[in-house]
Amino acid sequence: MKLKSLAAIVALFAFTLLVQAKLTVVATTADLGSIAREIGGDRVEITMLAKPTEDPHFVDPKPSFIIKLNRADALLEGGAELEIGWLTPLLEGARNRNLGLGQPGRVICSKGVEMLEVPTVLDRAQGDIHAAGNPHYLTDPANAKIVASNIAAAFAQLDAGSTDFFQANLKRFITQLDTKLAEWQKALAPYQGRRIVAYHNSWPYFAKRFGLKVDLFLEPKPGIPPSPAHLAGVIAKMKADKIGVVFVEPQLSRRTAENVARNTGGAVVEVSHFPGGVKGTEAGYLALMDHIVNSLAKALAAQK
Amino acid sequence: MKITKMWGWTSVLCLSAMSLVAQETNQVEQLKLQIKQLQENFEKQQQIQRQQIEALTRQVETIQRQTAGPAPAGTNAAVVGKLDDWQTRSWRLGDPLRIGNQRSYMDIGLIGTFAVGGSTANDLGSLQSGGHDPSRGGFNMQSLELALSGNVDQLFRANAHLLFPPGSGSVETEGAYLETISLPGGLQLRAGQFLTEFGRQNPQHPHAWNFVDSSLVNQRMFGGDNMRGLGASVSWLVPTPFYSELFLSVQNNEGETMHSFRNELESGETLFGRSLSFTSSPKSLNQLAYTPRYAVSFDLTDTQTMLLGVSAALGNNSSGADTQSRIYGGDLTWKWKPADHAGGYPFVQWQTEGIFRDYEAGAASGLSAETLKDYGIYSQISYGFTKGWIAGLRWDYVDRTGLATSLGGSNNYDDAERAGRWRLAPNLTWSPSEFSKVRLQYNHDERRGLGTDHTVWLQFEFSLGAHGKHKF
Repeated sequence: MKLKSLAAIVALFAFTLLVQAKLTVVATTADLGSIAREIGGDRVEITMLAKPTEDPHFVDPKPSFIIKLNRADALLEGGAELEIGWLTPLLEGARNRNLGLGQPGRVICSKGVEMLEVPTVLDRAQGDIHAAGNPHYLTDPANAKIVASNIAAAFAQLDAGSTDFFQANLKRFITQLDTKLAEWQKALAPYQGRRIVAYHNSWPYFAKRFGLKVDLFLEPKPGIPPSPAHLAGVIAKMKADKIGVVFVEPQLSRRTAENVARNTGGAVVEVSHFPGGVKGTEAGYLALMDHIVNSLAKALAAQK
Repeated sequence: MKITKMWGWTSVLCLSAMSLVAQETNQVEQLKLQIKQLQENFEKQQQIQRQQIEALTRQVETIQRQTAGPAPAGTNAAVVGKLDDWQTRSWRLGDPLRIGNQRSYMDIGLIGTFAVGGSTANDLGSLQSGGHDPSRGGFNMQSLELALSGNVDQLFRANAHLLFPPGSGSVETEGAYLETISLPGGLQLRAGQFLTEFGRQNPQHPHAWNFVDSSLVNQRMFGGDNMRGLGASVSWLVPTPFYSELFLSVQNNEGETMHSFRNELESGETLFGRSLSFTSSPKSLNQLAYTPRYAVSFDLTDTQTMLLGVSAALGNNSSGADTQSRIYGGDLTWKWKPADHAGGYPFVQWQTEGIFRDYEAGAASGLSAETLKDYGIYSQISYGFTKGWIAGLRWDYVDRTGLATSLGGSNNYDDAERAGRWRLAPNLTWSPSEFSKVRLQYNHDERRGLGTDHTVWLQFEFSLGAHGKHKF
């Protein structure tokens, strides 16, 4: 009888350990989530807060997110103020010690990333700018390696028993990414120095990596909707400089982008920062970058 | 001589120009070399970093093998030691303003809300009886709020909301409280001065309102400045699969901001025909108001969220020796935001709240002791139809279930604080950014015994400093 109850306790304990073996991870956005999935495999349970198609600056802080954060072992955040408007009140409500700043469970994915466009003057007259620099750093695949390393290191700390597993996954992911990066660079090599128009200023890292210029935007200032006068100016510049490609994210007005493209004989390329943001990119980060590079190369090739 | 000199100068100039060109070519070469070096350095750095991470994880592994258990806290700390730099390095332009050393810092925000308008009513003060409603023709400063917040230490964070009423030279403490950051068991404690967690409208600061003015039922039950006071509260995230939270606030039930409780009136003023000058001091437990609340939320679909809540506020009031007030409320919020919204638009939000009050009024100057029953409801919808533009409509209704005791003679007592009235208020808000808004609102008021009134307000608001936090 005593033995039985002892066995039961041991079994229960073992079961708890088994259940605990799987890390519960919350990622603020789908790009971080998809990289975490590559590293964590089936040893982590990943929930993403922002939908891949929605504007990551303005996610609704739903009460259900409080519960997810309350029960998480780790939180993966961009670390560059992208989520500043909605993550703080959620974390305050979640009251989870694991996710406190400085805890192993609070993973600042931008750690080690060289941020671009860090403003020297903070002035909200310049639109929606981020004090930590442009937060869309994952459009450069080289930064995805840094993020993946950060995530692997964090997972290893939280589940030391799976270190080899995470490490192997990291190695595999980086190898895949390196191979892909070479392919992508080759695909875009003929278009070095070409200019591209984007709806929102979220492509400086991408442009830098692939030797492109993305410096003309449909938004007059970040987050400020395009005015007809501004669009007319953009169209004139596009005609003068023979720019023929417009990048547009799924949540931004495709109609506006198409109007501009029609007026200049250019093409709209639908892109996203988030796997699943554009159809066919649900598989993850590599699929997303494949889509961006290939559709851009196709559009640029069609220009001349 | 002159010519030789000139020749001399010319050759010197030519030479220097040539050397400049040569220097430039050299510089380009050097720069190219530098860029190449930088690139190589960058790649090398990345490689080093990767190796470091690998080494660290190996270290963790070794330590783990040595201790045959989870890695001790000390080793964790060593590994974590290198936190992200922008959150730990010394202050730089663009970081939150930090006061003291980095253990305590605070975010500072200043929010100003103003309105201009006019009305057909000549008693605008009682038509718009909310403390932060615009309540006079012409220009109004509805609120100027200084919001301070930050982590105090590893256990607590603090929030303060200080209001500066126009012309008074005084400061009104809307809130100033301490709150735990992460207690175990899903608990959170709060202590200080704070807006009571009752329903949806009461805990909101004026700048968070979707309308120019507060709802009539909240004004009637909680007074012009919302229910707030000194006290403590505890909330508990109930371990259910969906969001579900229990709150209990215990606050001093005394003063102007405890309208339905031990309210204090200026001499000459009355509430429900009573001057509320009852001065005896009740037992300690009767000097407190108790406010339990339970809220649940469900994601109906991927794009629709529902929040439901029930609240009660219980405590003694100042109309008699041991007279009580009991307020009960229910609230419902539904929000739709599509999966491909930009800048948070479009969206539709519907919020409605119903409140019922039992007020045990003591006997006073010709009025016998009785229980006054009042109720009210509001229902409001906001439709953000394109980025920065929101159309809103609110319907307000308040009334009482029965008249107060006869004052004698033929007139039953029915004061402005209890008489039935309703309001329909359409509005249009333009937010050029998250930090400013301009709002136009029309109020159609019907007051029993006083008739119809039309009021128009134009509200404008700015927000400086700390980034706004949007709660659901």
